[in-house]
Amino acid sequence: MSEFLLLFRGGDGPTLQQSPEKWQAHMQKWMQWMGGLQEQGKFLGAQPLKPGGKVITGNKLAITDGPYMEGKEMVGGYLMCKADTYDEAVAISKGCPILEFEDGVVEVREIQELKMN
Amino acid sequence: MKAGQTNKDIHKLADHLFRHEAGKMVAVLTRLFGIHNLELAEDVMQEAFAKALKEWTFGIPSNPAGWLMLTAKNKAIDVIRRERYKKEFALETTALLRSEYTTSPVVEKLFMAYEIQDSQLRMIFACCHPALPPADQIALTLKTCSGFGTQEIAAALLTNSETIKKRLQRARNTITEENISFDIPIGEELKNRLNIVLQTIYLIFNEGYNSCNKEELIRKDLCEEAIRLALLLTENDYTNQSKCYSLVALMALLSSRFESRMDENGEIILLEDQDRSKWNNELINIGLSYLTRSAEGGEVSTYHIEAAIVAEHSMAKNFEETNWQTISALYNHLAHFNPSPSILLNKAIVTSKLMGPQTGIAEIMAIQNIDKLMDTQYLFAAVLGHLYKQAGDRGKAIALLNKAISLTSSVSEKKLLKRKLEAL
Repeated sequence: MSEFLLLFRGGDGPTLQQSPEKWQAHMQKWMQWMGGLQEQGKFLGAQPLKPGGKVITGNKLAITDGPYMEGKEMVGGYLMCKADTYDEAVAISKGCPILEFEDGVVEVREIQELKMN
Repeated sequence: MKAGQTNKDIHKLADHLFRHEAGKMVAVLTRLFGIHNLELAEDVMQEAFAKALKEWTFGIPSNPAGWLMLTAKNKAIDVIRRERYKKEFALETTALLRSEYTTSPVVEKLFMAYEIQDSQLRMIFACCHPALPPADQIALTLKTCSGFGTQEIAAALLTNSETIKKRLQRARNTITEENISFDIPIGEELKNRLNIVLQTIYLIFNEGYNSCNKEELIRKDLCEEAIRLALLLTENDYTNQSKCYSLVALMALLSSRFESRMDENGEIILLEDQDRSKWNNELINIGLSYLTRSAEGGEVSTYHIEAAIVAEHSMAKNFEETNWQTISALYNHLAHFNPSPSILLNKAIVTSKLMGPQTGIAEIMAIQNIDKLMDTQYLFAAVLGHLYKQAGDRGKAIALLNKAISLTSSVSEKKLLKRKLEAL
C-alpha cells in the first residue's frame, strides 16, 4: 500500500460561506468523504489552508508575500491517504467535493520513499 | 438575559442544571474524546459550569441548558485543537479530529439531540459493564450518568467519600485496562447487558426506596434518577424492550407510596396501615400505563410480574379489598421464574392472607435452609413472628420478634418490631 498526497486548488469557499445553509451542506460533504476514507482505514490527515502566505526563495532566503497567483492556482488544502495504486488514489480523488466547482482541481501525487544508498 | 439575579439564585439554578445536564455533557464529551479520557470529559463539563457561575452574575441566559451545552461544545473544540497531536481520542474520531476539515462537523453532529441521547445510553452501558463489580457500577453510574457528587454518592450509599473516590478510581482504571467499549451492544449481547443495566438501575432505586435512615431528599433523588435512567432506555429503538417498560412501571408504582410509607418520625408505616389518599395518583397512572405497554412486548420479565403485584395493591381501594387471589397467582408465577427465599417468603405471606397463618407458616418452613435464614435475616424472623402471633402462638412469636430486633440495624425497623411485641 502506498501513500498519496492530494492537493486541492480552485473552488469558491468564500462565496459559499455567505450562505450558512449552503456552507454547512458543503462542509458535510467533506466530512462524508473523509469519514468514508477513515472508516476504510485509508485516511491519514488533511487540512484546509488560509489564502495568502509567505514565500522564501533560494540560498539568499529572500522572503516575499504571496503566492500571488490567481485564486484557482493556489493550493487551498491537502489530504493524505493510503491507496494500493494510482488508479485507486484517482478514484478516491473523484469523490473530493472541490470537484463540484468547475475550476476545482485535485492534484494526486504519490509519496516517494527515499533511500540513503 | 434576566438582570438582577442574586448569587444564590445562580447557584441554585446551576445545582439544578448540574443534576440534569452534567450526565448529558459528560456522555457526549466521552463519545468525542474516548472513554479512556473520561476524566478529561468530566473536566470540560466542570469548566463549562464554572464559566456559567462566573458569567451568569451578569444575567442568566434565556436557555441556560442550551448555553451550557454550547459552552461545553466550544470548550471541547478548544481542547481538541490543543491536544489533537498529543492525545488519542475515540478510535472513530481521532484522525478526523486532527483535521480542520472534519473537526467542526464531527463535534456538531455529536452535540445534536438524537446523538446526545445515544451517547447517554452508551454511557449507561459502559458504567454497568459486567467487568465492574455491582458496587462500582452503582457509584460510577451515579457519578457519570446522574451528576452526583462524591459526597452525595457516599451519603446515598451510607459510606464515606474516601471509599467512593477509591471505587470511582478503580472503576475508571478497569474501564481503561479492560478496554471497555463505548457502544450500545447488539444482538445476544444486548440481552445480557441490558439485564445488568436494569439490575443496576433497580439497585439504585432500592438504595433510595428501602433504606430508612437517610435524608429523605437523597432517597427521593435516587428513586427519581433510577426512573429517569430507565425512561431513557424506553426512548431508544434498540433498547426499548418490554422489560424496560416493566421496570419503569414497577418503580413508578412503588414511588407513588413514597409519602405514605413513613410517618413524621421516620417510622415505617405498613402497607395495611398506609393512608391511601396520600398515594401519588399521577405516578400510579404512569406506572399502570407503562405496565400496559410492557405487556405488548410478549416477553415476560420478573419486573413485569413484580409491577403487576404492586399494581394490584395500587388499585385496591383499601387493604381489606386487596385482590389476594390474583396476587397469589402472580407470586406463583414469580416464584417459578426466580424461586429466591425472599420471593418465597412474600408468596407465603399472601398464602396466609388467603388460607390463614398456619398454612403461611408451613409454606415458609418449607423454604430451603429456613433454619439458617431465620437465624441470620431479620425479615424471615419478623414475618414468622408476626404469623405466629396471628396463629396465637405467643411464645414462638415473642422469641422470633426478639430475634428479628437483634438482627436489624435499622432504628425504625426495630421500633416497628417493638410495637408488635408490646401488642402481644
